[in-house]
Amino acid sequence: MSGVLILVVGALTAIGTYLVTSRALSRIVLGFALLGHAAVLALVTSGGRAGEPPLADRLDTPADSADPLPQALSLTAIVISFGLTLFLLALAGRQRQLSGDDLVEDDLEDRRIADRAESERSAADRCEGGR
Amino acid sequence: MSLLVGLVVVVPLLAAMSSLAVRRRALLRDVIVLAALLGVSVMSVLLLVHVEANTSLVVRVGGWAPQLGIVLVADMFAALVLAVAMVTITLVEAFSIGQRRSSSGADPTVAAPMLLVLTAGVALSILTGDLFTLFVAFELMLVASYVLLTHQGRQGQVRSGMTYVVINLFASTLFLFGVAFVYAATGTVNLALLVERIPELDTAMRWGIGLWFLVVFGTKAAMFPLFSWLPDSYPTAPTTITAVFAGLLTKIGVYVMIRFHTLMSMDDLGTVILVIAGLTMIVGVLGALAQDDMKRILSFHIVSQIGYMLMGLGLFSVAGVAGAIVFVVHQIPVKTVLFLVGAMIETDRRTSALSRLGGLVSTRPWLAVAFALPALSLAGLPPFSGFVAKFALIDAGIDGGAVAIVVVALVGSALTLLSMVKIWIGVFWGPQNAPAFHAPDSEEWAPRPATARGWSTMSATTGAATALTLAIALFAGPLWDMSERAATELLDGEVYVTDVLGSER
Repeated sequence: MSGVLILVVGALTAIGTYLVTSRALSRIVLGFALLGHAAVLALVTSGGRAGEPPLADRLDTPADSADPLPQALSLTAIVISFGLTLFLLALAGRQRQLSGDDLVEDDLEDRRIADRAESERSAADRCEGGR
Repeated sequence: MSLLVGLVVVVPLLAAMSSLAVRRRALLRDVIVLAALLGVSVMSVLLLVHVEANTSLVVRVGGWAPQLGIVLVADMFAALVLAVAMVTITLVEAFSIGQRRSSSGADPTVAAPMLLVLTAGVALSILTGDLFTLFVAFELMLVASYVLLTHQGRQGQVRSGMTYVVINLFASTLFLFGVAFVYAATGTVNLALLVERIPELDTAMRWGIGLWFLVVFGTKAAMFPLFSWLPDSYPTAPTTITAVFAGLLTKIGVYVMIRFHTLMSMDDLGTVILVIAGLTMIVGVLGALAQDDMKRILSFHIVSQIGYMLMGLGLFSVAGVAGAIVFVVHQIPVKTVLFLVGAMIETDRRTSALSRLGGLVSTRPWLAVAFALPALSLAGLPPFSGFVAKFALIDAGIDGGAVAIVVVALVGSALTLLSMVKIWIGVFWGPQNAPAFHAPDSEEWAPRPATARGWSTMSATTGAATALTLAIALFAGPLWDMSERAATELLDGEVYVTDVLGSER
């Protein structure tokens, strides 16, 4: 049981990380959804074996029950990741308004370096042409 | 007294909700926000005084046992950082009210409530006694920072905001995985219980947990090589917002790292942390030297200064950790003042590009003084607070036999001074360039000139913040005693465990 869950956590993390590294924010949102699932699943798995529901009035032997603490933590984590997914979607929407797509752009430094390389290449081309 | 520990977190959250409800009524909203922040500042100073004179305060939220519930712990380290952080946030909010009179800067209907949420997140991160609440506190703080960074929706903000959000969200996911790993390995997320259980794990597991959380907290703290999001995103926010971010967010990352790695006795990682510290110092300051915009130079300096705090942590000695704590306490107001002065220059001259500024020393001499004092302090010149902090670190480094990192730290300081001179020459000396009346394009944004009343509010709060940095240098003796006590408590761990678990062990 636990082995399968661990494999699922691994697969979700791999796919999620792959999606997060892409340029389109819509894919990044999906990536974070998968990563969030993976983390929550890892949290639930960290509580140990599955067991009876940890309800006080239904429990004869407390040792048989599942560990309730990671489940409580998971609920909190799910709520947080839900809110952040919405925020990311809003950000993607704003980017679409501004530039027509939802691609993450290069940062300022990257663009400056690219501009410099471009201007040096054109300067070199001019030298070639002049000769 | 222990009621205050909870109130420091609850009051900003309640005030955030009520100020959001009355966000259109400017006066009422500002009164609520300022009153809440002033109250929180007073409470956190009272806490500091109380903890300094007595032992730590521990609050069990809802009366649950520490194994199950949330514990808030105000020990020496927490009380010290909390007091400085809360006073600094209050000064920035007063400043931004002054800047708002000039109808510029951040949109107050969003920024003021979000600043309170950020305050609550900062307070909870400092006070919390378990890993999962720390995760929630980080999220609270970061969600507020995402909104503060992007709420104006300008192109540059959305662009760099994306990088910022994606990287921090990824680090938060790693944090959640880390919580799962720690729970699987030890069966608890309570820091006091972890102090006892983590050293019992085998070496590989301890290294794994230590390195994992080094990456998680290191991303929040912007240490090398995880800093790339910072210099790109911070300068795009309104400068008052950047002042809060610069003063607080990365420092909270370092604070948490110091707390976790010292309490869990991660001494083995010392060398790794020292190497990262050296690289962070040098790469940050070299990045700063290459920039030509004041806000970007200062943003790269945030990265560089993080290296010094990591250096103190990496030494894992009482003197080293105490030096790191003094450094955190000194950095919070100093960095904030530098950005506040930056905001005033930007309001005055409508740009922060060095090439378009100049000659301010004749038109705004007091602004030059307000910049020079914290700038010299940042570079570590006596008699300012930076000198105290750096002297403590370098002394600890020599005692610890880590000569290489001491040399790197001194070189870094010299380069810091060099880039401060660069700002000084560009902004305050030279011919007086006419204020740029260019149309604010999508990447850049220029505030409207301030009204006289707004300007005097801004000057007063900047002056007060400068006075705070000078006070830190003046009270270096008591500050050092408190830091030393905090470092001893952290490295020993036994005090923390006894405080939190008490008789239930």
